[in-house]
This record gives sequence, structure tokens and C-alpha cells, in this order.
Amino acid sequence: MISAALVALLSHWRRHRFQLFTLVTGLALAAALWTAVQAINSEARASYGRAEAMLVQNQHGYLASTTGSSEQLQLSDYVALRRMGWDLSPVVQGEWNIAGQQIDLVGFDFLNPPSATLAEVASPESSPSAKTGSSALVQFLQPPGRVLLHPETAKEIQRAETPFSVQLSTRVPPGTALADVSFASRVLNRQKDLSRLILLSPPGAQDLASLPNHIQHRTGPPMGGEMAKLTESFHLNLTAFGFLSFAVGLFIVQGTISLALEQRRGQFRTLRCLGVSRRMLCTLLAVEITLITFIAACIGLIAGFFLAQALLPGVSVTLSGLYGAPVTAGLSLRPSWIISGFAMTFLGAFVASSQAFFTLWTLPVLQLPSTQARGQKVIRSFRAGAFLGCGLILCGFVALEILDSLTGGFVFLAGLMLGAAVFLPFFLNFSLRLGKLYSHRPLVQWLWADTAAQLPGLSLALMALLLALATNIGVSTMVSSFRLTFLGWMDQRLSAAIYITTEDDAQGRAVEAWLRQEQNQQPGLRILPIRYHETTLQGGKIRIYGLRDDPSYRNNWPMISAQDGAWDAVFQGAGLLINEQLSYRLGLGPGDQLNLPSGWPVKITGTYADYGNPHGQVLISMSQLLQNTPEVENRRFGLHLPPSEVQNLINRILEETELTRENLTDQTSVKARSLAVFDQTFRVTGALNILTLAVAGFAILTSLATLWNQRLPQLAPIWAMGVSRRTLAGLDLLRSLLIAALTACLALPLGLLLAWVLLDVINAKAFGWRLPMHLFPLDWLRLIAMALLTAGLAALISAWRLFRLQPSDLLKVFSNDR
Amino acid sequence: MIARIGCLVSVVLLSMSLASHLAAQGFAGLGTRADGFLEPRADYRFSFPKDHGAHPDYRIEWWYLTANLKDETGTVYGIQWTLFRTALAPGDVVGWQSPQIWMGHAALTSARDHFSAERLARGGIGQAGLQTDPFEAWIDHWSMTGDPELENIEVSAKAEDFGYALSGKASSDLVLHGADGYSVKSASGQASYYYSQPDYEITGTLTLPSGPVSVEGMGWLDRELSSQPLSEDQSGWDWFSLRFDSGDKLMGFILRGRNNAPDFRSGTWISANGAVTALTPGAFQALPVETAMVKGRRIPVKWQVMLADRDLSVTVEALNPQSWMDTSFAYWEGPVTVSGSHTGTGYLEMTGYE
Repeated sequence: MISAALVALLSHWRRHRFQLFTLVTGLALAAALWTAVQAINSEARASYGRAEAMLVQNQHGYLASTTGSSEQLQLSDYVALRRMGWDLSPVVQGEWNIAGQQIDLVGFDFLNPPSATLAEVASPESSPSAKTGSSALVQFLQPPGRVLLHPETAKEIQRAETPFSVQLSTRVPPGTALADVSFASRVLNRQKDLSRLILLSPPGAQDLASLPNHIQHRTGPPMGGEMAKLTESFHLNLTAFGFLSFAVGLFIVQGTISLALEQRRGQFRTLRCLGVSRRMLCTLLAVEITLITFIAACIGLIAGFFLAQALLPGVSVTLSGLYGAPVTAGLSLRPSWIISGFAMTFLGAFVASSQAFFTLWTLPVLQLPSTQARGQKVIRSFRAGAFLGCGLILCGFVALEILDSLTGGFVFLAGLMLGAAVFLPFFLNFSLRLGKLYSHRPLVQWLWADTAAQLPGLSLALMALLLALATNIGVSTMVSSFRLTFLGWMDQRLSAAIYITTEDDAQGRAVEAWLRQEQNQQPGLRILPIRYHETTLQGGKIRIYGLRDDPSYRNNWPMISAQDGAWDAVFQGAGLLINEQLSYRLGLGPGDQLNLPSGWPVKITGTYADYGNPHGQVLISMSQLLQNTPEVENRRFGLHLPPSEVQNLINRILEETELTRENLTDQTSVKARSLAVFDQTFRVTGALNILTLAVAGFAILTSLATLWNQRLPQLAPIWAMGVSRRTLAGLDLLRSLLIAALTACLALPLGLLLAWVLLDVINAKAFGWRLPMHLFPLDWLRLIAMALLTAGLAALISAWRLFRLQPSDLLKVFSNDR
Repeated sequence: MIARIGCLVSVVLLSMSLASHLAAQGFAGLGTRADGFLEPRADYRFSFPKDHGAHPDYRIEWWYLTANLKDETGTVYGIQWTLFRTALAPGDVVGWQSPQIWMGHAALTSARDHFSAERLARGGIGQAGLQTDPFEAWIDHWSMTGDPELENIEVSAKAEDFGYALSGKASSDLVLHGADGYSVKSASGQASYYYSQPDYEITGTLTLPSGPVSVEGMGWLDRELSSQPLSEDQSGWDWFSLRFDSGDKLMGFILRGRNNAPDFRSGTWISANGAVTALTPGAFQALPVETAMVKGRRIPVKWQVMLADRDLSVTVEALNPQSWMDTSFAYWEGPVTVSGSHTGTGYLEMTGYE
């Protein structure tokens, strides 16, 4: 009996293969998008984790110079602590310019490695030279030295001849080189100071109390954790996107399941009459949906994996471009996202089918199947939706006010988007009734009324379209605004014509001397050294730049807010400027004081825009910088000169100094490179946008297809009254475009609101900078056209079917009419 | 005793893949050529206290103290304190670029327990090193200090599960092994500079997991340096330092030949009156009597030692057969008891057992 009932139920899908296809595709799409995003997130996080495990087994923390202390951690400090019995592993870390690349060089004492991982990677078993019998460890310790690199990093570097040997390991984070401390101190020219001392065993309270004043014990991760913190917002963003796509997918599922139950009411009635209990019927349907969900989840997971693989290279460029976070471009299967993919698909299927099950549970056994428009009841549900929508939007605003965090921003977004979606049917219904009120020709009146009658079946798909369209408008407005601002900012910020980076201080001095001579012949040439001191301030990395008084700063710097005479104060040594990121992070603005150690200026006189920089930045006068850190390196220069002289000077520099082309960058190529990184950064966003819109289009297509059978009884009388099939098909298409256009009317303001939230709220919280919003009406037109095209294409099939419909089929409607 | 473990340290040792190196180059790479390093010469004359210090132009060198100790209840202990120096290249510079590498080993052995610890450090930065006036040999917080002549020394080491702080007072003169300290190690002429202070009266405290224990006994300091102490056909060594109740002392070693190459045996007899006699090559004989499984390998822990000239035939037995030094370069080192024609105590070191 049970199996017979199950077979009977399943036979529905054999007869409605397209419906089955829709259901499985909807679920699989939802699962795929969700899984892809999860896979990308977990891969990126695993990359940070790997980096951390490689560099530090950080359970005991590390010692570093006290926050803000101008006194550095010295080699002698390390030796003194060692001789007191501290178990420490020293680290020298710095930026290393090699073969035109800038990579992060981390030097460890390979005799006292901070982690088993490092010791293992450096051991000869993993080195090709082990076979030849020479010792890998000795090669690390002895000049010319050996460097551990990720294969991707090695590819970049090994284009040039390197005077050291290279050992590859995928466990090294990309963009990082690991080497022995002797190598790192040699190439970074840091023989006397250290970056930090990693504790190899837990420190006693007494030991900690005996630390000298300028050394501090810290437990926070020095690099990996910072990475996780920085990129958290990005992952939250991706997750939000994934969830949105998931929700859109579920609209399809809910529509399909409801329809399938609706269509099978007759069958259910028969089965109930044959003695299948209500409980048994529901159980059988649950088994059925579980089976379908399982298949869909499997398909979705596989599709998600490939999707993630396609998107990951873009994501890793984004992460390294925006945050300098290393992520490999390879993807591996991880139980976390596989489980999460399955769980979400089942949860989604459960949520999407719950309403249908509830209806079934409460259904009187003998009630006839009804596919009639539900009249007043439907209108009431629209009204309820409108109230709920307004409520949700209100909740979003409240959350934004109460939760002063990124989460608050996202809750607001969720409230806004969901609220608007729920509000949509009421809005459409209202608009359609308004349209009917103002039209007089009967056919037009019928078109309005008929469209309104279709709403219940289409509303879910239209909600999906609304969300997709609004997201598209919002995100593209954000990206375009960002791009425009970024371009303007680059013009202000990169004012020098040529940038020079020398290999070391000695070369820096020589080049500066040469340039000074050059100045005699070329009075238009201005040399601005770019020198900075890197330190930590309240747990975050900051760079303090020293500036020489120059009109290019005073005239061009992209200030956001400044006190009167801000620059005068800076150059008199009485004030400093901070970037927007630091201003947000510390909640400080002009007039406040920055918590720098004594000797440094502390009064903030202005803030400026510094897009794309994950870290805090402080500007002071060069004399203040040199007074506090006389040893700060002098390797970078910006040269200002008339554009016509640029090429000439570059040629002379290459001819007359030791510098090579790799040491020089001209403004144009910096800008081009930055813009390329910027564009690559938002490629993933673009791809997800298109995908969401495609899913919405599919939702409309499936809704229209499922509505098809219900449509005939309504169309037949109109046809019988003399409206040709061609006109009917045209009207059908027009109707789709009409509701898509109406939806777009709501999507536009919603998208702009979304853009505002992204630019002003999410960006400020995630990246630390606020962006002015620019409007791009042409973009909207393009998007709305795309939405209409989507809806049109989705409606084309049913219109085509209508056009090709045999008159006999339309006549049958009357013969079958109840 | 060249072969003192110290060797372990030798540069190549650092490779940590002992097995392949042993096969190719003798234990711990000690059999490799020493380009650029000075080689010991037969006509060299020691100059103290200078020669108590480091000799960075030689590849390897060590300061090696062992002691047989007893507490108030008569429980017997042995301790080891060793500082090894090994150079990746001759000479030294200040800072991270120093080619000198230092390794400290400390051990505490009783009949029941054997604790050992290791420290590694680089030269040039002050984390480990040597100074001669006053004398100090140190690595991290482990140190051996004393007057320039090494007549009075203080030695301490502290690890997670054990530690010790001991004082020593020399009660005899330094002993120069071989020909005035030039100690030949193979038939093909490998040699080292090697001298000892075999008579330190030791007092002090051991720190055991159960608490501190006061001990006293006798210590033996070995100093040895070389650049290529093993010949290529030698695989390891067995080294004995024995102190008889008669007041006589014997240092003897066997450098084991590989692939049927002959063993090289030598040593020094130190009479109770202080007279030092280098043994004729081959006079010293030692045969394994009993082995034990130690960390997966068979190691002789009971030996029959014979010296026909001195009517000596004794059984040398490990106090604790599991005295395995599970360090970067692993070896066996522990206190022994002597019975037979002579009775006494001593230390035994065995390397190159796979």
C-alpha cells in the first residue's frame, strides 16, 4: 500500500518532467551558489590559517617592542632573555625587493624554529637536494642562503637570476619568503634589531614581570589574525551574496513545490479516499522531497565546486589587491563546505515546502482542487505582505542604529531587501489596479486585470527579479562610484612624475646626490623623499611618513576634513594628518590627539582619503620623523618635473646611475597597474551579479511555464470573442514586460538605497573609507533593459506556445468547462 | 676520544638525516674533508689558559664534563654537561653571519631514569660562546664558569624535567693525550688535539622531578678539537673513561672500521701518582659482552675491557642501559660501574649505532 502510494505520487514527476527539472534546478542552483561562496571563503580562510601555522605556532604569544615605543627590539635583548632562560625564537621580517617584486621576507632562526611545520618543511626530506646528500639545513644557514617560497611566488621571482637557492613548498603563503634569520638580516640590512620573539614555551608570571620596559608580551597573532580581521568583512560580503542567491533559488523551489501540491490535490483526495492517512501522505511527500533534495544537493555541490574554482582566482586577486592577504588559487574539497552545502539545501527545501505542507495538513479531505484566482483572500495576503515588508525595513533601520558594526549594516541590508521583496506584490497589485482605473478600452482593461490575476503565481519570481535587479543597480553604482573616486584620488595622490625605489640606503644616498646635481641644470625638478617608519598603534600596523614641505602636498592631497592651517601645523612639527582608515578605527578626527609616544607630534589637524590601503597611515614633517627615528631608510623618492622632461630624465637616470628600469616607475604605469588591480578586484562581484540575474530570469520562466495550464481557461473566452492568437501572444509578452517594468520601478530606488548603504555604511565599516555616491543613469537604463530582456525571454516560450496553439485546444477549454 | 660525541655535532650533522650521511661519510660527517680549516699538527704546543678557549679555525671542538656522583643515601647518579662548537666555515664574525654553531647537551642519569636536553645556538650574537678570563662556556642559561686555569669550576644546566648546579675543584694536573695532546685517530693519520682534567672533586645539587638532592663525587673534563677526526672508513666509536678505586685512571677508545676495515684502538693510562702513559696502538681491548635494545637498536651495554700491560681485565656495565641521548645527533652516553681485576666507576660513550 505504502509503496503503491509512493509510486502514484512519484508518477506526477514523470508526467511533469519540466516541473521536476525546475525543482531540481532551483534547488541545485541555490546549493551551488551557496556552496561556491562557502568553498571560496573556507579556502581563503585556510590560506590564512596555513600562513599562520607555517609562521607561528602561536599558543604562547610573542614578545615585541612595547606599542608606540620608539625603542626597537634589539638583538641584545634577545640574547639577554635567552641567557635568562627564556625559550624564544627570533624573527626578522621586512619588505624585500627582489627581481622587481616586493615580497614579505620572514627570517627565522632555523636552529630554533618556531613551529614544527617550519622545521618539517626545511628538513631535507622535502628537498630535492637531500638525494644528493648535501644538507638542506646547512644551505639555509650558510651564504648564499636558501629561501622557501610558494611555487607561485617562485615563478615571479625566478625570472631573474637569483644569487640564492630556492626551495619550493606549497605550505608557504604566496607572496612570502621564509629564510634563515642570517639571510633575512643580511638582505634586509637589519643586523642589530628583530621584529619579534616567538615564545616556544609558556612564560611564567614572574618572567613576564621581569621583562624590560620596552618589551611587551602579546598573545594576538602578529600576522595571520590581522589578516583574518581585515578580510572578515570581505567574507561577510561574499556570504551575504551567497545567501541572496540562495534565497533567490529558493523562490523557484517554493513556487514549484506549491504548484506540484496544488496540481496533485485530486490525486491526494483519491489516495485519502483509498485509506492513506493524512500522516502517511505527508510522510510519503516528505520522503519524496528528501529524495529530490538529495539529488539536487549532489548536483549543486558539484556545480558549486566548479563555480568556486572559476571564481577563486579573481577572489585571490581581490584579497591580495585590497588587503595584501595571500590566498592560493587552487581549491580543495573541505568537509566544512560540503556539509554546509548539504545542510543548507535541506534546510532550504524544508523552508520552501513548509507552506505547502501546512496547506496540505489543514486541507479538508474532500475539497475540490481549485486553481481559481483567490480573489479577496489574495488581496488580503498582499496587504499583509505590505505590512510585513514595511516592518522588515523598519527593523533594518533600527538594527543600523543599534548595532554599530558591520553586522548592523548587513542586518539593515537584509531587512531592506527582504522587506522590499515582500512589499512588491502589494505594490504591483496597486499599480495594476491604478492602471485599470485609468484605461477605457476593454482589451486594455482586460490586460490590467489579467496581469493582476497572474500576480499570485508570479509574485515569487518577481521578488527574485526585484532582488537581483536592485542588487545589480546597487553594486554597480557602488563599483562605478568607487572607480570614479579612485581615479580622482589617484590623480591627486600620485602627483610625482617618476617614482624611484633603490636597493638600499647607500644607493639611495648616491641617487639623491646625483639628483641634486641634476637640479642645477633643471630647475623644474623637485625631489621628494618618501620615508616612513612602521610601527603598531593600538594593535594595528601603521606607517608614519615624513613629508618635506612642497606645493604638491598642499595643493593636491585628497583631504577629507582639515583644520585651518593643517599643513602649516604639520610642517611646523605641531600637527599630523591621518588617513581615513585610521580615523575610523580609532574614532579620531581633526582636533583629537593620536596616542603616539612622547617626542612625536600628536595633534591631528586633518584626515585624508587613502583608498586601497588596509593599514593606518600618519603624515608628519620629515624633520619630526628623522628626529624620532634617525635610522629610517631612505630608498624611495618621488620626482616632480614637467611632463615633457620625464622621458629624458628617465633615460639619464638609467645611463648615469646604477639604477635599472626595475627601480623606476612612472606615474602613468602606476596608475594603469592600480586600475587593473581595481578592475580585477570587482570582477567576482560582476560575475555574481550576472548569475543572480540569470537565476531570477529562470524563476520567471518557470513560473510562467507552470502557470501555462491555468492560463488556457482564461484565454479561451478572449480568443472566442475575436482576439487573434497573434494578438494574444503579443499581449502575453507585453504583460511580462509590463510587470518586469513595474518591478524595475521599485528596484531602482531600492538599488540606489542599497548603493548608499554599501558606500556609506558597509564600506566605511569594512574597509575604513566612505565614498561619495555618483549616479550613472545610463547604467540603470542598461540594467532595466536587461531586466526587461530577461522577462521578455522568459515569457517568449509561453507566448510562442500561445501563438502556435491549435484552435481545437482552445475550443477544448469550453468542452471541458466545468 | 675524538670521537667524542662531539663530533656529532659536526657540521654535516646538522643535516638531521643521519642515516644517509653515516652511510656516505662516517658518523655525523666527521669523515668529510675539511677544506679551509686548520688541521691538528704534531708539533703544536698548548698554551693555557688561551687554549681553554674556542678555536674557530678548526671545524669542531668541545668542552665535555661527565661526573659520577652519589647522594647521602648512597644512590648513584651520573651527569653530563657538554658544549659543542661546529663551524660551517673557518673563522668568526660578530652578528648573525657567524658561521659558528653551538650545541649544548645536558643529561642526568640514575639506575632508573635518564634525562637529557639539548640547546642549539648560533655564534656571533652572544647566545652561546666561550671566554677565557675568567673562564666561561655558555649556551643560553647553561654555563660552565671558572678561573682561567680551570682549577675551580661551576657548572649548571636546567631543563624542563631536571637540572643541576655543581662546583668542581681540580685535584691533579691536566692530562695531555697522545703525544703532548696530539691524539691520532686512525691509521691514515686523522688526529685531534685532546686533553683532559680527569680529577674534579664535585659537590652540588641535582634537581630531580622529586626535588633537589645533594650529591658529591668525581668529574672528568675532556677538551678536544679537530677538523676531520674520523677517517672515511670509520663509522663510530666506543669511548671509556674509567676511574679505579686504586687511584689509577684509564681513557680508552675504539674507532670502529666499516666494511671490514680494521678498528683503531688507543688510550691513555693515568697512574695514581699522576704519571701519564699513552697506550701503544692496539693495546687497549674492549669486547661487547651483552647488548640491550635501546630506542630500536642493539647497543652493547656490558663490556669486557682488557689492558695486558697493566694486568687489567674488568667488566664495564652501564648503570642504566637506556642512557640514550635522544638529541639532534643521537648517541649513548652514561655512567658505568667497573668490576673484575680493578673496581671503580666511569663513563661510556658509544656512537654510530644504527
